[in-house]
Amino acid sequence: MNKILNMVLKRLGLGLLTLVIVSMLIFIGVEALPGDITEAILGQQATEETVAAFRKELNLDLPAHVRYSQWLYGIVQGDFGMSLANKQPIGEMIGWRLSNTLFLAVTAACICVPLSLILGILSALYRNTPFDRIVSMTSLSAISFPEFFVAYILIALLSVQFNIFPSMVTLDEDMSFFQKIYEVFLPCLTLSIVVMAHMMRMTRAAIINVLSSPYIEMALLKGIDRRRIIVEHAFPNSLSPVINVIVLNLAYLIVGVVVVEVVFVYPGLGQLMVDSVAKRDLPVVQSCGIIFATTYIFLNLTADILSRISNPRLLYSN
Amino acid sequence: MSDLKQLEFLLESNKISRREFITRVSALGLTAVASPFLLSGLGHAATPQKGGRLKMGLLGGSTTDSLDPAALTDTVQLNINWQTRNALVEVDANGQPVPELAESWEATPDAAQWTFNLRRGVEFHNGKTMDAEDVLFSLNHHRGEKSKSGGKTLLKQIKEIKKTDKNTVVITLDGGNADFPFILSDYHFPIVPNGTTDFEDGMGTGGYIISKNKPGVRIITKKNPNYWKSGRAHFDEIETLCISDANARSTALATGKVDVINRCDLKTVHLLEKSPKIQIIRTTGTMHYTFAMMTDVAPFNNRDFRLALKYAIDREEMVKKVLSGYGAVGNDHPITPSMQFFDKSQHQRAYDIDKAKFHLEKSGLKNESVKLHVAEAAFNGAVDAGILYKEQAKKAGINIDVVREPDDGYWKAVWMKKPFCAVYWSGRPTVDWMYSLTYESTTKWNDTHWKNNRFDTLLLEARSELDTAKRAAMYAEMQRLVSDDCGQIIPMFADHVMGASKKIAFDKVSGVRELDDARNAERWWFS
Repeated sequence: MNKILNMVLKRLGLGLLTLVIVSMLIFIGVEALPGDITEAILGQQATEETVAAFRKELNLDLPAHVRYSQWLYGIVQGDFGMSLANKQPIGEMIGWRLSNTLFLAVTAACICVPLSLILGILSALYRNTPFDRIVSMTSLSAISFPEFFVAYILIALLSVQFNIFPSMVTLDEDMSFFQKIYEVFLPCLTLSIVVMAHMMRMTRAAIINVLSSPYIEMALLKGIDRRRIIVEHAFPNSLSPVINVIVLNLAYLIVGVVVVEVVFVYPGLGQLMVDSVAKRDLPVVQSCGIIFATTYIFLNLTADILSRISNPRLLYSN
Repeated sequence: MSDLKQLEFLLESNKISRREFITRVSALGLTAVASPFLLSGLGHAATPQKGGRLKMGLLGGSTTDSLDPAALTDTVQLNINWQTRNALVEVDANGQPVPELAESWEATPDAAQWTFNLRRGVEFHNGKTMDAEDVLFSLNHHRGEKSKSGGKTLLKQIKEIKKTDKNTVVITLDGGNADFPFILSDYHFPIVPNGTTDFEDGMGTGGYIISKNKPGVRIITKKNPNYWKSGRAHFDEIETLCISDANARSTALATGKVDVINRCDLKTVHLLEKSPKIQIIRTTGTMHYTFAMMTDVAPFNNRDFRLALKYAIDREEMVKKVLSGYGAVGNDHPITPSMQFFDKSQHQRAYDIDKAKFHLEKSGLKNESVKLHVAEAAFNGAVDAGILYKEQAKKAGINIDVVREPDDGYWKAVWMKKPFCAVYWSGRPTVDWMYSLTYESTTKWNDTHWKNNRFDTLLLEARSELDTAKRAAMYAEMQRLVSDDCGQIIPMFADHVMGASKKIAFDKVSGVRELDDARNAERWWFS
């Protein structure tokens, strides 16, 4: 167990360093874009005078490294700062959107993770049968379409044609859990369709890989039922790569859903970040970037820990 | 005519029926067409119905939106602004200034001093009574060195604002401006309570009160039970949803999730139109798309070369292909036929290869090749328009290289920087305003760097001229000057194309900005 603790600590340290580097890169990137928030907000109305007055008010006349260290100082104390554009506290702005993003991601994960594991195991079990072929072909076709296309097809069918589910999502604090589930059903389905193929194919491949090992042959020779072999012997030993793929997809569900958010008008973090980049609202972009980076680092760490625990060879090796 | 006025009043207040109105007007020896009231109501319910929850799905909202009047720019901000607030002056659907929070106004004969008499007893949402102090505060918010307001330049002409009593405000200008009331109708100048520092609650005197505000997502407003304006603000509640994706907007309208959408996708709007439940509303406003040439940069400093370029563009084809027919051809000046002082007698410039070749020859720049910078940010379809123009000009022997620029940062890196680029202008309600915004040689946004002394002199003279006939003559001459000499190629005026459920009814729709000059929330109703 000490080994895992050691690894976690080391990873956390590295993660922190990564976060600082990411925030610096974002800062430099946004700074390098032409124009700043004053011009983006004032648009065609930006005259030299108004821009200068605006910049002074927002402290944008300070040199870049001073602004960066001010921001870093704030964030270390847990203060995300204020949005430059509408002076709302960023913490509040992000909090609501982050919970929406997580809600969508978790709902989608609850559908697609179990489903793809089951389908993957079944495909491995009935390898090369028509069932396997159909599952493979369907999931591969689904992943080959861009997600906005899948989304539009679902909207055309389930929303316009049959009017079962709403084509756009309206979320409200007062809504009950089931109302919320109903509202997010289409984006959730779209995301599930898009990410399922990865996980399902990996489960299938990993199990098939293990199936060729000598101890499975031994089990077969002992006359154990095929189903039992796969579920009890092959699957646990193929978990490690599967966990990695699942976690990467979970990260995608949180940080990579901008397109789906736009199509379904979903009030998530991605939309906020895109808006803020267009307006050069640096503190908001920074905060979103930090949250996304943290998600990735945290999930990768989880993946490593889980795959070590699930694989005794890694756990006890030097 | 007073009989007609009275009849109109009766019709408007539903004392008589439309049929009766027509009969009685005919009895007066007039044709019914003489009345704008009848015309405007054609095809729509005449009696505004109260109630209902209006849901709008709009492009032009973002998470960074603020409701500070100084920072208003985009559609959703403007719409919420007019839902919750009023200005001193309103411009009606016929383009005329009408009283709003100012009950009346008068000017000195040189149009340099304006006295506004405020409406009495109007209350803000918080119960405070609106008075001259609030007006002073609201206007001064955009003035002074520290102001970062987009309306700052518009109020530069003001020398002094003072109140003479609680309900009278006197504004003294640097020089005469016959159109000054129009300026005060601008969306930057709603009246907010004196001393406001946080504008996000939308405090104002308007017909709706904000109950939920999530910028860039949705804004919910409820009817102000205390609203002072009669015959306006018919809905009980308004939900404004920000939908950036064109397809999501159309689908939301088609499935009944929203009742009104703006900026329909021109490529698919004919499909939307087929639905029996949907009406398409189009208004030809003042929005125009331009290709701006800097007149002080070679080869655009050559007048004949500019004329060659102006003759080498096929305006009809532009309207047909770039705007899918939802627009009108332009004549290289920003004045639309719907505006007062539009000069009809001016000849419409056509696609004329011979003339283009003639001017090209005369300019002595036959083998010149020019770069045209475009991006979708300049206007929807700007890249297509550029390529179309290139092909059209090629027939006249003019070589145009179309350079596609990134959308992001276009206004900073390309506009006013490159000598030949695509631009859009939403236009302004008056000729003077539009000209002083971007054609006067000293103005900041003179994106063609055009300097014409005759034009500048006329602009100043016409501004303080209260005699309409003299003014019209001056504006006619200026219109010609811009069209023939300026560096602006204006091939088309774009319509505002909006979609609405057939349940929505309205009178004549203003074309100045989309959604009835952003005031549809208080002007429209459910039939």
